[in-house]
Amino acid sequence: MPEPVTAFTSRVVPLPAENVDTDQIIPARFLKTTDKAGLAEGLFYNWRYGPDGTPRPDFVLNRPEMQGRAILLAGANFGPGSSREHAPWALLSWGIRAVISTGFADIFRANALKNGLLPIVVSSERHAALFGRVAADPDVELTVDLAAQTVRVGDADTFAFEIDPFARRMLLEGTDEIGYVLARLPAIEAWEAAHPARVNTLG
Amino acid sequence: MPETTRPRTLVEKIWEEHVVLQEEGAPAILAIDLHLVHEVTSPQAFTGLRARGLPVRHPERTVATADHSIPTLPLGRGLPIVDTQAAFQVSELERNCRDFGIPLHGMGSETRGIVHVIGPELGLSQPGMTIVCGDSHTATHGALGALAFGIGTSEVEMVLATQCLLQRRPKTYEVRVDGRLAPGVSAKDIILALIARIGVGGGTGHVFEYTGEAIRALGMEQRMTICNMSIEGGARAGLIAPDETTFEYLHGRRHAPRGAAWDAAVARWRTLPSDPGAAYDRSITLDASALEPMVTYGTNPGMGIPITGRIPAPEDAPDEARRRALERALAYMDLRPGEPIAGRQVDVVFLGSCTNSRIGDLREAAALLRGRHVAPGTRLLVVPGSQQVKAQAEREGLDEVFRAAGGEWRESGCSMCIAMNGDQLEPGQYAISTSNRNFEGRQGTGGRTFLASPLTAAASAIAGVVADPRPLVDRTAVQVGGR
Repeated sequence: MPEPVTAFTSRVVPLPAENVDTDQIIPARFLKTTDKAGLAEGLFYNWRYGPDGTPRPDFVLNRPEMQGRAILLAGANFGPGSSREHAPWALLSWGIRAVISTGFADIFRANALKNGLLPIVVSSERHAALFGRVAADPDVELTVDLAAQTVRVGDADTFAFEIDPFARRMLLEGTDEIGYVLARLPAIEAWEAAHPARVNTLG
Repeated sequence: MPETTRPRTLVEKIWEEHVVLQEEGAPAILAIDLHLVHEVTSPQAFTGLRARGLPVRHPERTVATADHSIPTLPLGRGLPIVDTQAAFQVSELERNCRDFGIPLHGMGSETRGIVHVIGPELGLSQPGMTIVCGDSHTATHGALGALAFGIGTSEVEMVLATQCLLQRRPKTYEVRVDGRLAPGVSAKDIILALIARIGVGGGTGHVFEYTGEAIRALGMEQRMTICNMSIEGGARAGLIAPDETTFEYLHGRRHAPRGAAWDAAVARWRTLPSDPGAAYDRSITLDASALEPMVTYGTNPGMGIPITGRIPAPEDAPDEARRRALERALAYMDLRPGEPIAGRQVDVVFLGSCTNSRIGDLREAAALLRGRHVAPGTRLLVVPGSQQVKAQAEREGLDEVFRAAGGEWRESGCSMCIAMNGDQLEPGQYAISTSNRNFEGRQGTGGRTFLASPLTAAASAIAGVVADPRPLVDRTAVQVGGR
């Protein structure tokens, strides 16, 4: 059973680039694993490390003060490209629990929600304001509360966000989606009885 | 209006037929007709299935192949895999398929190939189906009029266990392409032009339906090229209504219906096209006759221009974020604003990938390369999409054309499109590639990619620089894009 998602407070990792594709989040050579764990090292690998494997000090994840932060404030349209679920696995493995952007690619968003990584969509105005706030106060703390569907910025300002209500319920309850569907097996059996198989791959 | 007479789109018809259950406030439980599996995105799903003690619900609606991380060097059957991690991944796929009873077109099989090439080739992908795969280019199968889309590994596990997915109904986006393509301009140029226009996030939340005279005039393989790159425009799926071209393509294929079942299937498939007056959530129109060969200059597939164009200037970008993105892309590509894209040096030409590795793609490129030679210092890598495509090309002597031109002729696989198997660019090298992604490092760390059509890639191989294929096409009897 997945762990229920609870409210948490963290400082922010700002990454303003837009259209950050999943090949950047985790390059393909890290996809030869047969495991979900241990992908933190591959996270943003080509941006974090030079050709000889030494860390690039100017990349945000390499700055000492960013270690342990759980919220990524990303540019527009985060996660396009490859369907690799290794992208949310790598982000979670590094410690990221929520990504804030003006939008997410469809497959990345679905993959994130299946793993308890929260894709939080904000308006362009809010997005710009958040980047401004983090630039002015790099240690500002955000509190993400999925139950209340709010993000509190610092001590005062709080804003609400939209999220798929079904995914929210699953995450808050720690409900397993495969279990949810298998609990409705009679409906599947009825549909299959009424719709003959279109193809037999064994034939 | 009563349900029976409300005009519906192709997508709505497939969607509504496959809804198993729609509970209030929940996503639909959607039945999946065909599940394609490969070695890279499936191991963790099988691990999950074993942990639950569940079988694969419908192994006979599931099919597997090895394509992403396998070598393409022709070392004979049973190709040894040098990379131990990749070798383990392939052996895990073999074990998983054996344990769960899933048919595998694996190493040494004459029907192995890129998953999105063999699905249509074997007649598995058919109109009206729901098709999924742990791969974002699953939309390829939409060319046959199927609702086909990429999923993550958790969803792979869901489909293995239940043959269903939890899905919200997608919005629809009509992409109408009017007019006729000029000689030397092909399907790849249509889709690159679309993405250049709407951007890589333009179709997010939507499914494309490609319509119009230019689409209808395309053969099946060129339709696959267009649907394949739907995800590059942000749409998880892209479809083309089935027609005579579709039926002619499918007839007689290994898994296509036969006899009376064929007639019944065709009758059913004829009801699928969108009804007159059906409404789309969004729409856009392109004029095919105005299109030129397209090339990307940047680090996402939306950064494309006509081959006669010049590299755009960051100061002309509409906003700060896009200015920064363009600056970053041009720095990575080492290109300067205002310079023409044509004439840029090319180190490697990659002809392959699920976008452009089918027999028609190879024929087009070979038509330009026949009797000509790749420029000195330029490497041409030709990787057919499947072992069947490879065999067909060899029957036609295309392998000899590529070899005589100085190219390398390989076994099938994803190869340098994703650069997991050792086929990759060196840092700083430029490739012109018929694949689908020009992301930073996609074809090898530090490598730089220009995306283009097979014709443009072939012309560029001969010139050693990014080159317009049209002058060569005019001098060569080359049939492009037709049925």
